[in-house]
Amino acid sequence: MTEPRHIPITLPVLARVEGEGTLELRVHDGEIEDLRLRIFEPPRMFEKLLEGRDYSEVPDMVARICGICPVAYQMSAVHALESLFGVRPTEWIRAMRRVMYCGEWIQSHSLHIHMLAAPDFLGFPGMVEMAQRHPDEVRRGLMLQALGNDLIRLLGARSVHPVGVRVGGFYRAPKQGEIDSLLEELRAALPQAEALVRWTASLGFPEDEQQFTCVALRHPDEYPMNEGRLVSTQGLDIPADLFEKHFVEHQVPHSTALHCLHDGKPYLVGPLARLNLNMDRLPGHVRDVVDGLRLGFPSRNMHHSIVARAIEIMIAVHEAIRLLESYREPHSPNINLRPVAGVGAGCTEAPRGILWQRYEIDAAGKVRRARIVPPTSQNQARIEDDLRQSLRCFGTDRREEELRHHGERVIRNYDPCISCATHFLDLRINRSASG
Amino acid sequence: MADKPGMAVHKFASCDGCQLAFLNLGEDLLTLSQAVDIVHFAEAGPVNPEAAVDIAFIEGSISTPEDLERLLRIRANTRYLITLGACATAGGLQALRNFADADEWVASIYPEPGYIQSLATSTPIARHVKVDLEIWGCPVTGRQVLAAVSALLSGVSPWIEKDKVCMECKRHQTVCVMVTRGIPCMGPVTRTGCGALCPSFGRDCYACYGPAENPNTGSLARRLEGLGLVPEAVARRFRFITAGATEFAEAGAYRGDLSHD
Repeated sequence: MTEPRHIPITLPVLARVEGEGTLELRVHDGEIEDLRLRIFEPPRMFEKLLEGRDYSEVPDMVARICGICPVAYQMSAVHALESLFGVRPTEWIRAMRRVMYCGEWIQSHSLHIHMLAAPDFLGFPGMVEMAQRHPDEVRRGLMLQALGNDLIRLLGARSVHPVGVRVGGFYRAPKQGEIDSLLEELRAALPQAEALVRWTASLGFPEDEQQFTCVALRHPDEYPMNEGRLVSTQGLDIPADLFEKHFVEHQVPHSTALHCLHDGKPYLVGPLARLNLNMDRLPGHVRDVVDGLRLGFPSRNMHHSIVARAIEIMIAVHEAIRLLESYREPHSPNINLRPVAGVGAGCTEAPRGILWQRYEIDAAGKVRRARIVPPTSQNQARIEDDLRQSLRCFGTDRREEELRHHGERVIRNYDPCISCATHFLDLRINRSASG
Repeated sequence: MADKPGMAVHKFASCDGCQLAFLNLGEDLLTLSQAVDIVHFAEAGPVNPEAAVDIAFIEGSISTPEDLERLLRIRANTRYLITLGACATAGGLQALRNFADADEWVASIYPEPGYIQSLATSTPIARHVKVDLEIWGCPVTGRQVLAAVSALLSGVSPWIEKDKVCMECKRHQTVCVMVTRGIPCMGPVTRTGCGALCPSFGRDCYACYGPAENPNTGSLARRLEGLGLVPEAVARRFRFITAGATEFAEAGAYRGDLSHD
């Protein structure tokens, strides 16, 4: 019997992801024996922080789970609580929530494309270096990111932890003048968003087709954001409140993010999953642009996620224009409601995928129990699957630096928002060989 | 340019929202990268957590044993240490656990609590090391962080807002939501710097920028009770985003005004 040779290696923090994590690899005779994405978020225990708080405090609290997608947390929460209280938002509220969500998609996707992902494709360490060679593209990205922030600010006063959302609607309705100036910005941005789609599609992608299940919301006639049924590429089609029957979270020793599985298997949520399941819900003009690309959507290549994000920016700019063009100041920006005891769930499409929340409220309107399933914990098992396949194809005998870089690229396709679930990404390889 | 000041941005338990004060700067971010050498800012690209720098910004609170060790190394490697936001400066919303049984909490969220290494508390950076400048806010703004960097680059002490939100409402000519509509607003005790956004949206300030200078929390607590809040609801108003700040932690023990006169 021979002693296996172990070479433990620790590489620095993984850059350009939102949060921190570690990738641990155990390679034996060139084969991956074990692979773990340790997403390490110092546990903040939000579900417990919410207990005993008044329902009206929930939107301001859950925003703090993630500074990059606070709107998503607020939206799933208000939908869950309104369904529990048996009230339906007015058409105006519905439209403005969608506008606000458009802002978050534009902001979050622009940040990811330009600051986190594109430098990989073009071979730069980061956006600052990329800006020297591609100043116009970087400037366009910063402009779109600012536009997304402006849209959130229209309804939320600030773009990080906005203060305008309440259970039952909004605290304030924008004035027509504010709408008019934003509409001008949005109209000017639409051709820029279209150019961004073409630019991302021209980046050049590794051939890497994989089999995976996509899960997303689906709405009868819109590209999904706040509403819809939960569907999958395997034929799932359920109302969102039945989520817990089909999706089970479990703890793994190496992560503070709970892993979530669909019928026992990993699955994908996020822009590529949404696009794959909602191609027939693209607005006409966006559909024409997508059809004109040489890439085939629906796609099974995760590296196409950057294009899916650009397409969603274009959808969001288009939708914000459509909704704001028919803007009218309402009698009231919110509806009256009275808390009742019960349980309610809400699911919306955060920039990184479905975000599910459930609340149990007592007769006094206080939270008895809360459950929050963020997109990153849903994608985590899929990321590990992808890494196993991608690194095997890439070659496990490569230098650590190459392995780390490739691993980072694969992980970045998912835009893991590690604050939501999770923090620290360094690579630890444990290589061994028989003989 | 080796003589540019070095800058680092570190993260502990937090939501990443204060780092966005940098990432949302737009063109100013490119300008900033000319003025300073950004050596560590993992979310934006550069990774070199152990490098010696002139300015280290810290987002997030301390809640694990490893965090504490990392923090001590950061302090040893930097000339100025600046905390960014409610988590780093007051422990954040997650400091609410300091008032509860954290072990029981971990056990109720994670089926195998043994895997989770977590301190029972979430504490501000200044509890563990010397902090040179505290920037309050949840989240902090780009204006605040740029002002701090510019001041340090020019060799002057950064200006820190200590006024109450009420003062900013007056300057903006925002109609007072408490006086005119009886809404229980935290503006009278809360530090400004946010732009008094909540009252301008017709709602109550919820104290996300922490306590102002000399806040009269007792007086506000009685006023809130006068507006119809039960003592427990008054206490919750202080025990929120910056529950760990000394003045609010004390006011959060409010059990009613027993000396009605």
